[in-house]
Amino acid sequence: MNEFFTQAILIATVASGIRLAVPLLLASLGETFGQRSGVLNLGVDGIMLLGAFGGYYTVLKTDSVWLGLLTGIGIGIILGLVSAVISVTLKAEQGISGIGIYLFGLGMSDLLFQKLVGTPRPVSSFPKLDIPGLSDIPILGEMLFQHSMIVYVAFGLVPVSMYIINRTTFGMNIRAVGENPEAADSLGVSVVRTRYLTVTIGGTLAGIAGAALAIDLGIFQQNLTNAQGFIAIALVYFGAWRPAGVMGGALLYGFVNSLVLQFKTLGIIPRSWSDIAAMAPAIITILALVLVARRFRQPAALTKPFTRGA
Amino acid sequence: MSDVPMLEMRGITKRFPGVLANYRVDFDVRSGEVHTLLGENGAGKSTLMKILYGLYQADEGEILLNGEPVEIHSPMDAIERNIGMIHQHFMLVETLTVAENVALGLPSDRGFRTDLDAVSERIEALAERYGLSIDPSAIVWQLAVGQRQRVEIIKALYREANLLILDEPTAVLTPQEVDQLFVTLRQMTADGRGLIFISHKLHEVLALSDRITVLRQGHITGKVPVEGATRESLAEMMVGRQVKLVPDKPPVEVGSAALEISGLRVVGDRGHETVRGLNLEVRAGEILGIAGVSGNGQREMAQAIAGLREVTGGSIRIGGVETTNLKPAEIRKHGLAYVTEGRLRDGAIADFSVSENIMLIDHADPRYLNRGLMDFRAIREHSQMLVDQYAVKTPNLETPAKNLSGGNIQKMILAREMSGTPTVLVASQPTRGVDIGAAEYIHSRLVQQRAEDTAILMISEDLDEVFALSDRIAVIYEGEIIGIVDPAAATREQVGLMMAGVRPEA
Ligand SMILES: Nc1ncnc2c1ncn2[C@@H]1O[C@H](COP(=O)(O)OP(=O)(O)O)[C@@H](O)[C@H]1O
Ligand SMILES: [Mg+2]
Repeated sequence: MNEFFTQAILIATVASGIRLAVPLLLASLGETFGQRSGVLNLGVDGIMLLGAFGGYYTVLKTDSVWLGLLTGIGIGIILGLVSAVISVTLKAEQGISGIGIYLFGLGMSDLLFQKLVGTPRPVSSFPKLDIPGLSDIPILGEMLFQHSMIVYVAFGLVPVSMYIINRTTFGMNIRAVGENPEAADSLGVSVVRTRYLTVTIGGTLAGIAGAALAIDLGIFQQNLTNAQGFIAIALVYFGAWRPAGVMGGALLYGFVNSLVLQFKTLGIIPRSWSDIAAMAPAIITILALVLVARRFRQPAALTKPFTRGA
Repeated sequence: MSDVPMLEMRGITKRFPGVLANYRVDFDVRSGEVHTLLGENGAGKSTLMKILYGLYQADEGEILLNGEPVEIHSPMDAIERNIGMIHQHFMLVETLTVAENVALGLPSDRGFRTDLDAVSERIEALAERYGLSIDPSAIVWQLAVGQRQRVEIIKALYREANLLILDEPTAVLTPQEVDQLFVTLRQMTADGRGLIFISHKLHEVLALSDRITVLRQGHITGKVPVEGATRESLAEMMVGRQVKLVPDKPPVEVGSAALEISGLRVVGDRGHETVRGLNLEVRAGEILGIAGVSGNGQREMAQAIAGLREVTGGSIRIGGVETTNLKPAEIRKHGLAYVTEGRLRDGAIADFSVSENIMLIDHADPRYLNRGLMDFRAIREHSQMLVDQYAVKTPNLETPAKNLSGGNIQKMILAREMSGTPTVLVASQPTRGVDIGAAEYIHSRLVQQRAEDTAILMISEDLDEVFALSDRIAVIYEGEIIGIVDPAAATREQVGLMMAGVRPEA
């Protein structure tokens, strides 16, 4: 038991928790933009899966993780735009249409994998990037500043998102459109344009999240995300539609996940329990969500399509 | 004033499926004047203004601004032409600050970053000039209704509106706030702006307007300068016949206290105590009017009397019998009738027929039962009699209540509630949203009920109504009666001050 509390293991657990939080953080930051403008996109997991396959396959063929990420971005933009057409222009029921995107991504990514790859082959992962100076700090340096580029990017996007949402005219439009689209429209703010942008941002970040997940693990397999896209949506509620809150949720999930993995490796959790233990992160996150999210009100126009004069 | 009006609408016609909302309406506004649009609900006032603001397109007719014909296809077109509109329902984003609401949709001086400090400065300058004191950094959901309206006005002024449309801006204000609004509006006309004021409160129209145009069923039925206009003459143009605005009230010998409330305490929807030790007595044969800004406990008080809300302290007696916290049906048996404020929410069942609605409270009465089953013939006869007696306009007894107009639903409810000659009648907002004609009828019915020795407690936000009907006026403020006045001796200003919480000097 004491073994667990050795310094090395503690550092490894925290560092891996941060790493595990990255795909969730990226996806839920993206979903935050959409939801703040009043659009719920339940298709995140599907976009992540296609982004994951696209990223993996590109690295497999080109051996460039950056081209892999770029593929994830491209897939995310396209599927984000498709989601926007469905929910904004066609005004589909948002609780249902996103499931369609999810099922499409789940099936399509597996089909492409079977046809184009077949047997799993590992690809190269992100190179580690130690931040000069900071990474030499004892303990903290190892936990926080010896990660790959994508980890810094993901966490760097948190203040960027906060700034965009709270300090720019675009962010003000997002908040207005998500709360009272009639009022925004009456002042000449384009509800349609704003929502297209946010849903596309959401798709893009989901695509990156998927690619980051696959490249980080260096593999692809059927249903690689294991419903992380849905957890990401839950995290948006947990984080009360705020980037910092969303980050807190993603980290909580990452740490619990990494602890469970560590317990398993150390044999603290018996083998026969491992299925139950695998559910722990989701259960703990959802419990926290129930306790915390109640206090915050969601954007008033969330899931409501907008029609002028209706 | 120049010769060319700043706005001219010529021959505007607008049809909705089955409704002629505007028919060949001519309307103009000169710089520096208040031109009022007056008319009953559904007369077509909002439609005409939405055409001007680009929310609807007219089927026929043209719009000229400063003599030039213009096409207005969207609110953006209207804003660009310096037209502003304060909608009947506010267009504010509640989770944004005042400054953000004002800045929304406008380019920022700092590119893609917001520039709320500069916006706040301009808001404060406008606020100062027009007496619209407001904190630019306040979040809108924290603001009271009157303050929200100021934000709407500032939004229009900030966009340099020269022609301002105010669609029923006073509907939600206290008398003090109305006075304050009028000061602001006069400052705006003094600066050369043109205002279109919409209202159906006659004394306000007379107080503010320079000219008045009256609409009835989409047609213009009068266009008069304010000089020489009277409430009666305006009402006649609105309704199309002579109307009695103040009912004749024959003297009635006032009896003993029929409703006695002492130390009443009631908790409201949000868990706060909204009635806080309220004392009141209503005597047989009198109408006691409760004046007050809504949300001061009048709704909870009425519900507590009717047994629809728990009394947490104090007592209620009807005809000398303690009825505190009895079941609604038992309280009715002791002689209470209750006309609720939400007509189709708790006063009537929208999908039930007129006849079923009338029978709601009497359905278990032996008169309408035949060996334990409903006696449909007796029910039909009884409801037909009441429908005739109370002049409820309905195609037949089987029509669902929701298809009736507000006034007729209200008459139906009144018919049901007064049919048993109650000891006490509680009437909440008896004529809110009801046409003048129907209101006149409802008023005459209340006066008639008073002559039959019913004690009537009337709760109304309409001060005209309170003054016209009441024998005594009690003002409610924060869950207490802060004063009782004689309507013949008191002024609207005195009552208005009490509604704002100023206690009368003893
Ligand atoms: N969008 C609409 N569709 C159909 N009918 C409408 C619409 N807007 C208004 N009307 C009808 O037009 C008439 C005039 O309405 P409105 O202009 O709102 O009256 P007012 O503002 O004078 O109360 C009413 O009969 C109303 O039901
Ligand atoms: Mg109207």
